[in-house]
Amino acid sequence: MKMSLDKKTIDRAARQMLERTRADGVKTVWDRLEAQQPQCGFGLLGICCRNCLQGPCRINPFGEPSRGVCGADADTIVARNLLRSVAGGTSAHVDHAYEVVEALDKIAKGQIDYQIQDEHKLKAIATKLGLETDQKDITTLAGEVAEKAFESFTNHTSETMGWLAAWAPQERIDTWGKLGVLPRNADREIREAMHQTTMGVDADPINLLLATVKQGLVDGFAGLKLATDIQDIIFGTPQPVKAETNLGVLKADHVNVVVHGHVPLLSEKIVEWCRRLEEEAKAAGAAGINVAGICCTGNEVLMRQGVPPATNFLGQELALATGAVDLMVVDAQCIMPSLINVAQCYHGEIVTTMPISKIPGAHHVPFTLEEADQQAREIVRRAINSFKKRDMNRVQIPEEKVPIVAGFSVEAIIGALAKINAEDPLKPLVESIKNGAILGAVGTVGCNNVKFTQDLVHVELVKQLIANDVLVVATGCSAHALGKAGLLHPDATKNVAGPGLRQVLTAVGEAAGLGEPLPPVLHMGSCVDNSRIGDLLIALADYLGVAVKDLPVAASAPEPQHEKALSIGTWAVAMGILTHVGLPPHVLGSATVSGALTGQPVESLLGGKFYVEADPVKAAEGLINHLKSKRKALGL
Amino acid sequence: MDQILISPERCLGCRSCELACAVEHFPGKDLFLAVAAEEPPVARIFVETDGKTNFPMQCRHCQQPQCVNACMTGALRQDNETGKVIFGQDKCVGCWMCVMACPFGVIVQDWRQRVALKCDRCPDRDVPACAAACPTGAIRFMPVPDYSKEKRQRYLTMFVDEEGQND
Ligand code: SF4
Ligand code: SF4
Ligand code: SF4
Ligand code: SF4
Repeated sequence: MKMSLDKKTIDRAARQMLERTRADGVKTVWDRLEAQQPQCGFGLLGICCRNCLQGPCRINPFGEPSRGVCGADADTIVARNLLRSVAGGTSAHVDHAYEVVEALDKIAKGQIDYQIQDEHKLKAIATKLGLETDQKDITTLAGEVAEKAFESFTNHTSETMGWLAAWAPQERIDTWGKLGVLPRNADREIREAMHQTTMGVDADPINLLLATVKQGLVDGFAGLKLATDIQDIIFGTPQPVKAETNLGVLKADHVNVVVHGHVPLLSEKIVEWCRRLEEEAKAAGAAGINVAGICCTGNEVLMRQGVPPATNFLGQELALATGAVDLMVVDAQCIMPSLINVAQCYHGEIVTTMPISKIPGAHHVPFTLEEADQQAREIVRRAINSFKKRDMNRVQIPEEKVPIVAGFSVEAIIGALAKINAEDPLKPLVESIKNGAILGAVGTVGCNNVKFTQDLVHVELVKQLIANDVLVVATGCSAHALGKAGLLHPDATKNVAGPGLRQVLTAVGEAAGLGEPLPPVLHMGSCVDNSRIGDLLIALADYLGVAVKDLPVAASAPEPQHEKALSIGTWAVAMGILTHVGLPPHVLGSATVSGALTGQPVESLLGGKFYVEADPVKAAEGLINHLKSKRKALGL
Repeated sequence: MDQILISPERCLGCRSCELACAVEHFPGKDLFLAVAAEEPPVARIFVETDGKTNFPMQCRHCQQPQCVNACMTGALRQDNETGKVIFGQDKCVGCWMCVMACPFGVIVQDWRQRVALKCDRCPDRDVPACAAACPTGAIRFMPVPDYSKEKRQRYLTMFVDEEGQND
């Protein structure tokens, strides 16, 4: 099963680097996928259980044994495994959110050298939380907001999680309340999910699925929404920003620092110190310091600082294969341990920074908020030092780099729309949807997965959507994929978008004084920034006086890989949104579970469901049909 | 005489058979010891896949073994009584003629001893380790006539279903 290069990726820069790694005998994620063939059918079907030491147990889908040692059948095992995976994804986002809340709390207490960049957002959030904002100085208010946030992680009552109660529409709260899935606080629900799935507790697949929905809500509100809100307060709410993307953003004559992972607490400081230590880099013989990003840390500093994204998830090893990355500093999530081997073959130092995320062979700098500046400075100096050791003859940077526009927070989108109608900014958008110029909207999110040709499903799906007048918003590695393919740029509005969409985006762009249309795909940020999409949908539904589940919208994770994609998808379905995934999670071993997720049971309760389709053209068709049926139901 | 017979449509590719084969050919025959061993044991069965069909392959113990014909030293021979194709490591000179002769590619190199290596049908066991480990029954150790009958029965069911005469 040797895979040809064009089956591995549609990204030409990635292909060039893959030729290089192949010639040099350096293994990458594609080689490792091949070495893993055949992959275990039990795992793929989700019918193996390792939850106790009587196991591992596997269910034979063709006959006996049909039960594990304890008596659990395929339905129980599949549902339990799914809940654990979703709880894993949820805990990643909640842990991330917790760290930024901790930072806000320490800012309020004057303990760390970070500033509040967006007082306006702080006040808006405080108001929504029911806090008195008048006459209060900013740090006091920040402390109170942090306190409220902490309560959403841990409280001592059975009341509904505060961040959800403040932002979820009443219609949803009622729906979730009836199903008994309203979360109390994040830590408690994650703990409960672990308890519920341990040996000899819950055997009812439907009860386990409801608990999974609850995890989705924890993720959506105490993970995504909370992280975005607090990050905007500390680092500023994004505004449209121009940049370039793909490996061509690396510069042969500069010290190249790559930030990779998900949390902006350190990477913001790294960006700052790269600017401040420019002279030291010049003294070392470099033309300057160039920072680039990978994965969502990359998205965070793109959105707020205009830092160019080098590549997405599957390209992380290939960035090192250029031989031009002097240092890659990582925090948590989606970091391949194999980076060390690739760096050893080419060049560059890998620096880990979090106590829970270390890799043998990396240099570890234990990051703390208190000493963030010293640590960021040390890391950038290490990069300069590494540059001195770089072998220029082995540098091979692909030419590909593509211009992009990013930074579309809800505030930025409404700001642009307000240029058309200052009193009633949502009106122009809603009118365009009503009159059919825009058919509806789809959010494409999530990972790359090496089982797909890198970026192919993202790009082909979105091309179809925008050609059919569907407005696309994107986050995460999906946004990177679309950026590399030129779809985050006004030119794509001119060349790829359908006539209705083109006309609307052109009008908004002109009114906003951009001198060009808005791009047909609005980059809304990192994976946690999926909350921005949620905020926008809630605002639209509210404006129209309908429920989110009735809007002509859908979500898609075309190439999902991580447990986080599962928890985000669960949140989207719980919000009432049809959620497309390019490949199914490991649930096919239970017809009960897979049938419920993709069919009538979940849809009738929540309004949304999962939709599995690997072919991007068919998926686009399916999503467009869905938008049309939602339009029809609204009488449009 | 039972034979190792494969139903590839049941193979999930879990490679449990490879694991069990390796452990069976480890002196202590113990998974945890084998995993911790300095010289890990080698499996003589290989789960091959083309992406759609998985197929566990090992020596078929042919009645007309081409490997035996090819072997000049007599390291490979057919046991008259059992029909098994037996390998004697002490006679093997590592010429790899058998590797070339076997149509199934199931003779491999023992990279430590630099001699041939193949399925010996687990002389210490009643049922070969791979068949015993297979959780789906893709590998079974059974008489050829029974296997054939089962297959005939399955064909019959399919045939009748297609004609719509049986629900
Ligand atoms: S919990 Fe039950 S199914 Fe899971 S490993 Fe233990 S005995 Fe087997
Ligand atoms: S090694 Fe190959 S040729 Fe020899 S007996 Fe086995 S299957 Fe037949
Ligand atoms: S490699 Fe050994 S077993 Fe094979 S033909 Fe040569 S001598 Fe015989
Ligand atoms: S145990 Fe069965 S399914 Fe697993 S690898 Fe072996 S033959 Fe295939």
